[in-house]
Amino acid sequence: MEQILEQLPIVIPALNAGFLQTLKLFVVTLLGAVPLGLVIAFGSMSRFRPLSYFTKIVVWIVRGTPLMIQLLIIFYFPGLVWGHQLWGGGEAGRFLASAVAFIFNYACYFSEIYRGGIRSVPVGQEEAGLVLGMTRSQIFFKVTLLQMIKRIVPPMSNEIITLVKDTSLARIIALQEIIWAGQAFLKGSQGISGQIWPLFFTAVYYLLFSGILTVLLGRLEEKLDYFR
Amino acid sequence: MAILEVEGLGKTFGSTEVLKDISFSLEKGEAVSIIGSSGSGKTTFLRCLNFLERPDKGIIRVAGETLFDAADPATVKEAVIRRKRLHFGLVFQSFNLFPQYTALGNVMLAKELLAKEQKDYKARRQEIHREIEEEAKELLAQMGLSDRMGNYPHQLSGGQCQRVAIARALALKPDILCFDEPTSALDPELTGEVLRVIRELADQNMTMIIVTHEMAFARDVASQVIFMDEGVIVEQGTPEQVFEHSREERTRQFLSRFTQG
Repeated sequence: MEQILEQLPIVIPALNAGFLQTLKLFVVTLLGAVPLGLVIAFGSMSRFRPLSYFTKIVVWIVRGTPLMIQLLIIFYFPGLVWGHQLWGGGEAGRFLASAVAFIFNYACYFSEIYRGGIRSVPVGQEEAGLVLGMTRSQIFFKVTLLQMIKRIVPPMSNEIITLVKDTSLARIIALQEIIWAGQAFLKGSQGISGQIWPLFFTAVYYLLFSGILTVLLGRLEEKLDYFR
Repeated sequence: MAILEVEGLGKTFGSTEVLKDISFSLEKGEAVSIIGSSGSGKTTFLRCLNFLERPDKGIIRVAGETLFDAADPATVKEAVIRRKRLHFGLVFQSFNLFPQYTALGNVMLAKELLAKEQKDYKARRQEIHREIEEEAKELLAQMGLSDRMGNYPHQLSGGQCQRVAIARALALKPDILCFDEPTSALDPELTGEVLRVIRELADQNMTMIIVTHEMAFARDVASQVIFMDEGVIVEQGTPEQVFEHSREERTRQFLSRFTQG
């Protein structure tokens, strides 16, 4: 215990730096996947068959394979096959590749949630809008969208909490997120080695962060309670 | 001149012919009720008039203008249909109010969106908004809902919801207002308040097409009654003719179910 207290001033800043990278990947993924998911949802609901089949196959592949493998392929494929370092070197390159993999993967999951949300809005809502001379885009943005958001908040909350923990998968391509930072003290870093407790301690960061998110998403759910 | 003329309207779903050669006309200020058993094509007919279904055959004319002609591709495009819909209003059986808007918001929404297409909208925005709000409040007051304007649909009874839906349809000043079984989703004790409102509209000479299962109401609100069965108009005439002196056996059979019931 004494030893841990001694090491704390070294370990905490390192974990903080790792967590910052985790947080960055989390935010960037959400910012990218939330809108991209909507595009994919529209693709899979398209009345143009080739587009909807294509989209469904892509979603199947992305959801049907581990995110870890997708990360590895996206990161290494361009260099190995084309001999071209698409992502650039260093931590920035690893982050870019991780962001692309995460955004695409999560967008596919989100698209299915959106699709369910759109489908669950009664067809009468659209018909009422049409009869009132509204355009299809007016109906979507002024009528359907909020009802859909209300319905998808619970399943989206689930995915978002999962994303917090999934960011640790980026460790596989050595992105310096919090798991990587904790593991460093196992191998040896800043005069500390063979210590596993920093790795265990990362769990506290995940717990706190997902706790905050749970509260925030719960508030959003309450806010949308004003209509049914 | 007739405000509405329908000629040879036909609609097929798959291999089922839901509407066969429907023709009729309606004078301005007249109310017509359409009766008939479920599956007789009444609702499909209203949906065709509101362009929620595209008829396979026939012509729809409003005030002499051909809105739809199945034989003329220029009249069936989505883009041109949107504005034509505004000649008609439709009140649904299940209200279909927008749940995230208040009663007032429901009545104002479409009108505000349409106003944005006006050329002078930017310059007169405040003024236009006020006008639309005033009109909407007036309509809701007319529906007896002055004290309910700020309520959301889930806070209203079915009868109140349906009256909001009627105000919402009226806000766009349609030439012809259609009702698709407006009281069928209501508890019996709530039908009266909705029927009263529709009757008031009839008294104000609103042109209306009312699909209903309320026989007594169909009879005394309308100046013309249509009995439909299996996609055709079986009988058509004044309420007295259709209810008292039905010429067709099918009409008598249908009506007897109500008088005995």
